[in-house]
Amino acid sequence: MTRVPMQPLLAVEDIHTYYGKSHILHGVSMEVGNGEVVGLLGRNGVGKSTTLKAVAGLVHPSGGEVRFEGRPITRLPAHRVARLGVGYVPEERRIFPLLTVIENLRTGLDRHGVTTARKKELLEKVYAYFPVLAERRSQAGGTLSGGEQQMLAIARAMMLEPKIILLDEPTEGLMPRMVSQIREIIEVLHREHVAVLLVEQNVPLTLEASQRIYILEKGVVRHHAPAVELQVDDAVIHQYLGV
Amino acid sequence: MEFLQTIPFDQLLIQTINGIVTGMILALVASGLTLIFGIMDVVNFAHGELFMLGAYFGVIVLGATGDFWLALVAASLIIALLGAAIYLTTLRPLLGRDPLTTLLSTFGVSLGLQNYALWQFGPVARKIAEPFTGHFSLFYLDYPWYRLVIALLSAAIIGALWLFLKFGTFGIWIRATTQDRVMAQAMGIPVPWVLTVVFAIGAGMAGASGVLFGPLVGVNPTMGLDWILKTLIVVVVGGMGNLAGSIAAAIFISLLEAYAALWVSPAQAVIVSFVVLILTLLFRPTGLFASSAK
Repeated sequence: MTRVPMQPLLAVEDIHTYYGKSHILHGVSMEVGNGEVVGLLGRNGVGKSTTLKAVAGLVHPSGGEVRFEGRPITRLPAHRVARLGVGYVPEERRIFPLLTVIENLRTGLDRHGVTTARKKELLEKVYAYFPVLAERRSQAGGTLSGGEQQMLAIARAMMLEPKIILLDEPTEGLMPRMVSQIREIIEVLHREHVAVLLVEQNVPLTLEASQRIYILEKGVVRHHAPAVELQVDDAVIHQYLGV
Repeated sequence: MEFLQTIPFDQLLIQTINGIVTGMILALVASGLTLIFGIMDVVNFAHGELFMLGAYFGVIVLGATGDFWLALVAASLIIALLGAAIYLTTLRPLLGRDPLTTLLSTFGVSLGLQNYALWQFGPVARKIAEPFTGHFSLFYLDYPWYRLVIALLSAAIIGALWLFLKFGTFGIWIRATTQDRVMAQAMGIPVPWVLTVVFAIGAGMAGASGVLFGPLVGVNPTMGLDWILKTLIVVVVGGMGNLAGSIAAAIFISLLEAYAALWVSPAQAVIVSFVVLILTLLFRPTGLFASSAK
């Protein structure tokens, strides 16, 4: 049987969202435990990105509840959700194009109660993981390559010292070398006990990186299993993802 | 060579100085307007009235204390607070709706403030005394030092704004929100607060310009009208939301008008700015000084 953590870090309960008149999420429920990597699979347009946005507070569900560390955050504005420790890395990366690399990082770093020493420590940590960002720290974000922008987007979310990072298709359009670097950084986050909710099209990578998998179809969770119980060629993967 | 001799060099120099002085004030008014447009896509039609009310509060504080510099600071702060109040009551509820609604809303505020000033202060122009009356001689003219001080002060305020935007944490928040409001929220930036503060800063700068410019003309309830028109031209020519572009356009257009006034009457010289506006819209609709400097 699937092991569900006792006190989940993040609990999504039966959320419904609408975009205009179209009903996007038809009652999605899922949980992410502390430090757990959870994969969210499904075809295009089934509501994976919308689920992440609902958690981040960028889309407000019309029904259901999102709880973070036991506390309801369903109606909280996105900036308050972020400050609670929810990092968001959108599919389009959405680097601030005219801010330099260091300024992009400072959008998450310059918070109340972060000492100068702690800021330096956090910066040095991401520069160690992503040396290319250190090299380009004074360069405008918009001038970076796609892979570099993806690293900056992840590094920027890490500046919030998040308890969970929501990763939306982080490997999309990247060269194989970059893909394995993203795979490594997920491993690093896991080691540091940061939970990850990972939306991906890359099924092998998701099965490898995650502990548990949810499969979404037409706005509802169709299948839920530990990652070790699933294979790339399973019938259930074929059925819902058509690989 | 003969053509060169027909150019009156003494007048040319005087008009250059006049153009720069007006241009700097215009730049100060326009930077507030363009800052607000850049971050919330709102064209604030009440910006000219904030300029006008700044001048009136300058008159009041100057009358009560006799201190011009205190009047300048106090009027800017009062107008900044008024700006925040206007934003919270008439704009915040409309953000994200059709841009026409915010246009109508700021236009309504503009009419309201204009008539408030008429009712409160009357139609007769008030005078702000220059803080100092020294002159220096420029050819056959006694040129007032105060005009040069206006240009320098405007430049100093714009420079301070630039440093604030460039290096401060709040400046980074403003630029991030301008570039991608949704992502700024997702990074924990308190966007509602940032928008309120930007509106207050823009309003405060308009108020400061009103006090600085007050001594050169009479302070009256409709003085905002002349300015909003010229400011809008400058902001469009400079590229909507582009701060550096607006400053360059303000000086460029003021210089052109000043030079044109050498040959035609100043009232006709105003046509030059409309010509520039039309040419810009025809050939460089993203702004004459379009760059990526947001």
